[in-house]
Amino acid sequence: MKQLSTKVTSNGHGQDSSYFLGWEEYEKNPYDEIKNPNGMIQMGLAENQLCFDLIESWLAKNPDAASLKRKGQSIFKELALFQDYHGMPEFKKAMAEFMEEIRGNRVTFDPKKIVLAAGSTSANENLMFCLAEPGDAFLLPTPYYPGFDRDLKWRTVAEIVPIHCSSSNGFQITESARQQAYQQAHKLGLKVKGVLVTNPSNPLGTALTRRELTLLVDFITSKNIHLISDEIYSGTMFGFEQFISVMDVLKDKKLENTEVSKRVHVVYSLSKDLGLPGFRVGAIYSNDDMIVSAATKMSSFGLVSSQTQYLLSALLSDKKFTSQYLEENQKRLKSRQKRLVSGLESAGITCLRSNAGLFCWVDMRHLLDTNTFEAELDLWKKIVYNVKLNISPGSSCHCTEPGWFRVCFANMSEDTLDLALKRLKTFVESTDCGRMISRSSHERLKSLRKKTVSNWVFRVSWSDRVPDER
Amino acid sequence: MGSLIKSGGVSGAILSRIATNDQHGENSEYFDGWKAYDKDPFHLSRNPHGIIQMGLAENQLCLDLIKDWIKENPKASVCTPEGVYQFSDIANFQDYHGLKEFRQAIANFMGKARGGRVTFDPERIVMSGGATGANETIMFCLADPGDVFLVPSPYYAAFDRDLRWRTGVEIVPVHCSSSNNFKLTVEAVEWAYKKAVQSNKNVKGLLFTNPSNPLGTILDKDTLKNLVRFVTRNNIHLVVDEIYAATVFAGENFASVAEVVKDLDSSEVNVDLIHIVYSLSKDMGLPGFRVGIVYSYNDSVVSCARKMSSFGLVSSQTQFMLASMLSDDSFVDNFLMESSKRLGIRHGVFTLGLKKADINCLISTAGLFVWMDLRHLLRVRNSFESEIELWHIIIDKVKLNVSPGSSFQCTEPGWFRVCFANMDDDTLHVALRRIQDFVSKNSNKTAEKASDNDKLIQNNNAKKQKWKQSNLRLSFRRLYEDGLSSPGIMSPHSPLLRT
Repeated sequence: MKQLSTKVTSNGHGQDSSYFLGWEEYEKNPYDEIKNPNGMIQMGLAENQLCFDLIESWLAKNPDAASLKRKGQSIFKELALFQDYHGMPEFKKAMAEFMEEIRGNRVTFDPKKIVLAAGSTSANENLMFCLAEPGDAFLLPTPYYPGFDRDLKWRTVAEIVPIHCSSSNGFQITESARQQAYQQAHKLGLKVKGVLVTNPSNPLGTALTRRELTLLVDFITSKNIHLISDEIYSGTMFGFEQFISVMDVLKDKKLENTEVSKRVHVVYSLSKDLGLPGFRVGAIYSNDDMIVSAATKMSSFGLVSSQTQYLLSALLSDKKFTSQYLEENQKRLKSRQKRLVSGLESAGITCLRSNAGLFCWVDMRHLLDTNTFEAELDLWKKIVYNVKLNISPGSSCHCTEPGWFRVCFANMSEDTLDLALKRLKTFVESTDCGRMISRSSHERLKSLRKKTVSNWVFRVSWSDRVPDER
Repeated sequence: MGSLIKSGGVSGAILSRIATNDQHGENSEYFDGWKAYDKDPFHLSRNPHGIIQMGLAENQLCLDLIKDWIKENPKASVCTPEGVYQFSDIANFQDYHGLKEFRQAIANFMGKARGGRVTFDPERIVMSGGATGANETIMFCLADPGDVFLVPSPYYAAFDRDLRWRTGVEIVPVHCSSSNNFKLTVEAVEWAYKKAVQSNKNVKGLLFTNPSNPLGTILDKDTLKNLVRFVTRNNIHLVVDEIYAATVFAGENFASVAEVVKDLDSSEVNVDLIHIVYSLSKDMGLPGFRVGIVYSYNDSVVSCARKMSSFGLVSSQTQFMLASMLSDDSFVDNFLMESSKRLGIRHGVFTLGLKKADINCLISTAGLFVWMDLRHLLRVRNSFESEIELWHIIIDKVKLNVSPGSSFQCTEPGWFRVCFANMDDDTLHVALRRIQDFVSKNSNKTAEKASDNDKLIQNNNAKKQKWKQSNLRLSFRRLYEDGLSSPGIMSPHSPLLRT
């Protein structure tokens, strides 16, 4: 008799992927400015370490929240015993208002429709358990967050069918790619239950345009399926544009309180916007009462610690703090991203133009020996073991084109970032390709910049174009 | 219950079976009582006629000790001026191995809670979202949908959700009965196992809570050894939920399965089959902090459970605080001793008070509740309908939320789990008074006169305001004077079970 479950013996957890192996290598030899200056620099972890000082100074000014008190009185006992899976009402109210603020207060979130979870990892899994039977499929645009293979599929036994996106149009989701994925699912005998997008995208660092979101909503409407929008990076938008949420689109199309709106769900977390992944705060937002009810019961398996709920309800209810924080966070992310982008450029490397996220989607196709995933893996190994940078290869994100890498920029100091860029530049210049590039770098960068600009123009002026294949 | 078809026809948008069935078990009476309580909660001054919550197995007796420790150790919080220098590192820490200091502190606490008779390896400590998360995770690791776990009944009502709902695992109860004080025997397990196998069920293991919820009893070491031998012989798993390990207040020492693993010869125990679920929700009274632990002697299970812990990690803020608290040996030693003492006193007061109303409980030496025998109050003996009827009377008329035995899958009607550690002394007195009043008004009536019962209970309610302190208070004071406050001594007044 088979002793353990198939979940143990399969590798559905996805942790044999290079995404996680890079982390393991980092753990063995982590960089430290003083103690280990030749160690590996972690650029594979999408953390936001840029604004802890803002939270720390808030804590200094708010001793009650910091010491489990309310109006000077200890509420320790109340917190110790609070295990209601509905969550703390004041916390959910604060979360709802924070989410509204991130969306420019254009849409409203009802705290009663928020279901808390232990991180968006748990939120996404819970939502899958609510929406999909074993064997049902969700369509996901590639490239996507490697953890989804575990979060969406492992214990739920649901399937992911990719919507292939390519660099030819900046990895936007096209109508034909969507349809193709839908048909592919049927070919495989899978029932499609919905589409899941991360917006802003991980690993691309780009926000979906209003147009893309509208087409997605139209798609799920016509197919009578669900749409999950993981908006975990919504507060990391640093570009010129505002963040457009799927909730904005529902409002614009006057679909609020309709059957369609019941099939649109938002996932959120404080791990990226606030940089608090350790505190395990995730949330599902759904207009469907049955989902809210079922997901609330499921949240028993991963509730948010009451002391954390209390602390964060105080933090997020401080509107002065939240507005200052969001503004400052944006500023710092923007400046950091610029630093990475220009550093890469000076090494002859370009990125997908991004306006959000904690990382860039970096184009290293020109550094591949051949246009293959084997070559990508070879390059990755060199970068990990020789250059001592842990970055994430596109194949781990299910990208269909070899040569793209996700490189994080917000989880280290400026000095460390500069050092990483220096190492990378040295590496690139040492390769044949690098030498070629540095000789014609000026010309190449000029033409690359032109291409980048036209891609950009392409995205924002979408509405002027004829609505055909993108 | 089948899944509900959404309007709109095409099948794509239907929710999953898991979302629409009632396998979460929340339609059971267990939760109805809570709902009634939520509508009319007792408060000594603000709502003295409200419903007293005796259905929630919380441990509120020693929170003052923890509160004081936190006050005296501001460095243990990452938010205080003394501790904020750690804030960014801790807030950023999401490694599913958990903080090393946390695992070490938990291992330390678990060992001390078992009298130092065993030690636990921090490397085998895996976090989960409370014991709720731990139990579900261990099922995901050990069983596939359709597989079976044997669980002795009566068992914790929410196991139906935790073990089965999303995992698809089936529970086959091993029924225990009052004829031998609900003791779990190897013979009963063997019989249930054989029967299940004969019905072509794929039995993956045996799971039970020890000390028991709802019984409050602990399994003797010999039986535990024999059960370990049994699972080893049959190559099935043993999961012991030891969530109440430190709530033992009297009698013999608690024998953890870890002790048995240590004592037995390797030929008698296959350690790859032995797993422990733990939590700080009961022993420390911290259910809000969501600290669940999976502890397995099987390396593959540790590895898999650890990956699954991503779905329910303990907040790093909480890990950090507890790492500090539970490595403070003098705090832990004092806490465990004091907790045991206070639970013992509380249990003594409560069972004595019940005895005055001619109500007996199963003899118990652990837990936060008693297993109360109200079979003699059933309108119709041996009827679950009567049990539910009696339960409604207790909630609606006596105004106590207690948990009917049927919600624990007990096969004998008339047993109720009643919690005693989730309230202060005064509230306990009120509860006892209400029970005594109810019983004394009821005792002269025959079982058939149900409607007369109702009238009496209504009268009884009207008299509640005049609860007299004298009788009960005297007994309470006498208990202290009789030295029942010493830990580890079985109350000489503990009622024997009427057989």
